[in-house]
Amino acid sequence: MTMEFRKEFFADERDDNLNEIGKPTRRQDILGHVTGRSPYFDDHLFDGLLHIRCVRSPHHHARIRRIDIAEAQNMPGVVRVLVGRDVPRNLNTLLSLLDFGIDDEPLLAETKVAYKGEPVAAVIAETEAQARAAVARVRVDWDVRPHVLDVEEAIKPGAPVVCEVYPANKFIYHGKYDHQKLRYGDVEAAFARADQIVEGRYQMSPIEQAPIETCGAIAAPETNDRYVCYTSTQALFFSLGTAAKLLTMPSNRLHFIGGTVGGGFGGKVDSLHEPLAILGAMLTGRPCKFAWDREEEMQVGAPRGAERWYIKDGVMRDGRIVARKFTGYFDSGAYTRLSSYAIIKGVGHLPGPYTIPNVYADVYCVYTNRTPATAMRGFGITGVDFAIEAHMDKVADTVGMNPIDLRILNAYRDGDMKAHRREAKNTALIECCQVVAEKAGIGLQASSRAASSLRDGGGERARLPAHTAVDQKGTVTGIDTGGYARKGGAAGRPAQPIQMPGFTMPAAASSARPPAPSPARPAAAASSQSTVPPPPPADPANTGDRPRQGAMRFSSISGLRRR
Amino acid sequence: MIQSVETHATLAEAQRAMGSDAIFMAGGTLVMRDVNAGVAATRIVRSSDPVLADIRLSGDGVTIGAGVTMATIAAHRDLAFLAPVARSVGGPQIRNMGTVGGNLFAPHPYGDFAVALLALGARVNVAGQIGAPRPLADVLRERGRVGIVASVHVPRPQAPGDFGFLKVSRIKPKGVSVLSVAAHLPRQGGRIRGARVAFGAMGPMPLQATAVERVLDGQALDAPTIARAAQVAVEGLDPPTDALATAWYRREVAGVHLKRLLERMVRG
Amino acid sequence: MARTPIVFMLNGSERASFADPGQNLLEFLRRGVGDLSPKYGCGQGTCGACTVTIDGETQLSCLTLAESVAGKHVQTAAGLAAGATLHPLQEAFMENFAAQCGYCTPGMLISAKALLDRNPTPTREDVVEAISGNICRCTGYEPIIEAILAAAKGRARA
Repeated sequence: MTMEFRKEFFADERDDNLNEIGKPTRRQDILGHVTGRSPYFDDHLFDGLLHIRCVRSPHHHARIRRIDIAEAQNMPGVVRVLVGRDVPRNLNTLLSLLDFGIDDEPLLAETKVAYKGEPVAAVIAETEAQARAAVARVRVDWDVRPHVLDVEEAIKPGAPVVCEVYPANKFIYHGKYDHQKLRYGDVEAAFARADQIVEGRYQMSPIEQAPIETCGAIAAPETNDRYVCYTSTQALFFSLGTAAKLLTMPSNRLHFIGGTVGGGFGGKVDSLHEPLAILGAMLTGRPCKFAWDREEEMQVGAPRGAERWYIKDGVMRDGRIVARKFTGYFDSGAYTRLSSYAIIKGVGHLPGPYTIPNVYADVYCVYTNRTPATAMRGFGITGVDFAIEAHMDKVADTVGMNPIDLRILNAYRDGDMKAHRREAKNTALIECCQVVAEKAGIGLQASSRAASSLRDGGGERARLPAHTAVDQKGTVTGIDTGGYARKGGAAGRPAQPIQMPGFTMPAAASSARPPAPSPARPAAAASSQSTVPPPPPADPANTGDRPRQGAMRFSSISGLRRR
Repeated sequence: MIQSVETHATLAEAQRAMGSDAIFMAGGTLVMRDVNAGVAATRIVRSSDPVLADIRLSGDGVTIGAGVTMATIAAHRDLAFLAPVARSVGGPQIRNMGTVGGNLFAPHPYGDFAVALLALGARVNVAGQIGAPRPLADVLRERGRVGIVASVHVPRPQAPGDFGFLKVSRIKPKGVSVLSVAAHLPRQGGRIRGARVAFGAMGPMPLQATAVERVLDGQALDAPTIARAAQVAVEGLDPPTDALATAWYRREVAGVHLKRLLERMVRG
Repeated sequence: MARTPIVFMLNGSERASFADPGQNLLEFLRRGVGDLSPKYGCGQGTCGACTVTIDGETQLSCLTLAESVAGKHVQTAAGLAAGATLHPLQEAFMENFAAQCGYCTPGMLISAKALLDRNPTPTREDVVEAISGNICRCTGYEPIIEAILAAAKGRARA
């Protein structure tokens, strides 16, 4: 592979006597790859291995009246059939391990299913073929409910409630808003002063990561009352924490082995195979394998979620963008998984690599009856970048500029203030644009050719806006999100679950088996900017000092990372 | 779940061993998918009858044993007119396994080889059947209850340029059909006589485009004729919607690809 | 369920094991015989991760009935190296960064070897065609194509 180094750029920021950068380096694991000896999770042989396969919902949305496993249990080779009540703690959300979000997803659904392919039972049998045959004999009495597959339909009044934990089909941010906000300057005032308004709507379908190795895990009893688990996970400690939580078992009883992954691309970050494989090993005393086939990988493997974006720009005749407003909808599918966090990342990235003095965003994490979404390369960024760059072309077209000139004109430069209130450093968009134009044979304006990321940034462009318009739009009350919404750990959390008319949230750590949440809607969310005052700060007298469960700080979320 | 695998020395014995609980397997590329997914019948019946591997040339055509693989056809000296079709099926491994007989039973969107055979007017010999071989179109219509295919008789195009085949897929060089189209246009004195055109992935099975054939018959293969043929390309077809394309899209592009194929045949 | 005893040649040495009715060659090789180099990717014949050669022809072990290899020669990626000496294709894959996650690599190597065995001087198009039945999600194929061409060149020089 040929790489080209443009040493004329940023020459004083780099040593030229580098030993590794710029030279291909042999992977440390490649000898195993070319000899076929790299140990993927399934490359471990166990005598007496049992195979697990799931009974899955054929419906997008249905209540479960009854699950009849009697016939399946008597099929040849079947050792055991698991249902939700066999899971010690059958409710989870991955980011609860980072103290971010409420448990909302069962390992095996008990009362309802919210997406096609959601598992409701698991057959453990001597062979995979026997497990498949028995899966076909589990009888589920379904009460099929109306479903919703579109983000904007899902948040309309009267839409089917996808996930009872979030009855308005919207994730609750920071314990108080039904969307993630970004407010920087005053977009409405800037729109009024702009020469042109350019609006656009952009959307992206879910994308399956499609690793060649499907997701799976093998678990087996070890000595000393431990279980070994070989897994395809991309995130070994996420998987370990999730298994320990769902199985109510200290993690030092779980011996996780991973690290050799047959492609992940984000799709193996919120892996849920290990708990079922380990549960099988616990209940049968034998090694158990739970792995998806290709059809499951494509149907229920969590994809990059769908996104829809509305962008409105205020633009001056010379091409300067003076205001940019986003309304975004992430399709989380039936459960939260990683979508709420993807939005935090995405909003931190707005308005893209451009210096725009007024930026506004409302971004909603919406529940629909689609396959739950998760991470994929460029997680949280890719969809909105597609929208932003498509919109930049539209702006260029509107003002009659070459799209590369427009980008260079608006590009951020070293020292500029970004909308998330951090100074831009090590910027290089201008230089990238210049090289792209050169390669593509596109002539640039003299000012674009002369521009540099190192010059003309900072100063006025480093100032925070004199005035930022704020609002309480989308305020939700009566939600206890657990500890994540309050910085500083235990402070600010009531000792008892908050009781709201028609809406009860269990405290995340207080009950091993939370009650089924009521399907009613939360207290009416305020929808205008001025009519509802901000909620009062939490009364310190009412706060308990119970320690938070699993409260580690994840710096990318809180934005406290040192640069 | 598979309970037994039986291999019979002759097709006649295999035919007798069949039943509602059995599936006949040749190359395995279709049957083993179902076996792996746990949706196949309970008995697999196979046959080692040498007739399955036979390729016999006759005056007007060639009789190809149902067990002949795509790779064998692609490499066969006397089957050059079918080589591009065989090469369009699957990747190298699938072509080493997949057979002529099996391709007749391939569900949508597979079965590109059968599309070419349909356009060529192939006839099918069914094991144990007395009398003349059956037209392929009939066999395709009844493929759930046709019996074991022993061989296919394929008329050979009189001139190499009389036959053309085009497969449209999203991934190159190997991909599943958005659609495929084959045309056999014998010419007498510059006029098409007995046109046969067939589409794949434009219905539940390979289908003949009879409206196109009517437009082409008796005409010279020139631009106005090609344009008229393209206009009626989807008449009588029933394209499905699947992960590769919607029915609407297939209808929109069928005429375009038919036109491209016919123009390529003009250029020779 | 009656199991079938199967005797066959695996990478040059005789092996025997029992197959379940309807068991595919991939599962038979992996769990029955213990050769873990062919990989499961789809069970449908679309990914090529399970590619092996049977009597010199590349086939998909997930779509091959285990008992059909009785008496035949099967080659897998585990048999490419001669002891500690790697096959030129394995060297070329290492030199050219032709593997990232490595999961498709055993199947790729077998498809590449089958190509070079029958065509020692392939063109780039020949290589692309030869690996068209093997999906790689990491590399974008270019390093793999380069590796196979490099191996062919090295062999031509030798």
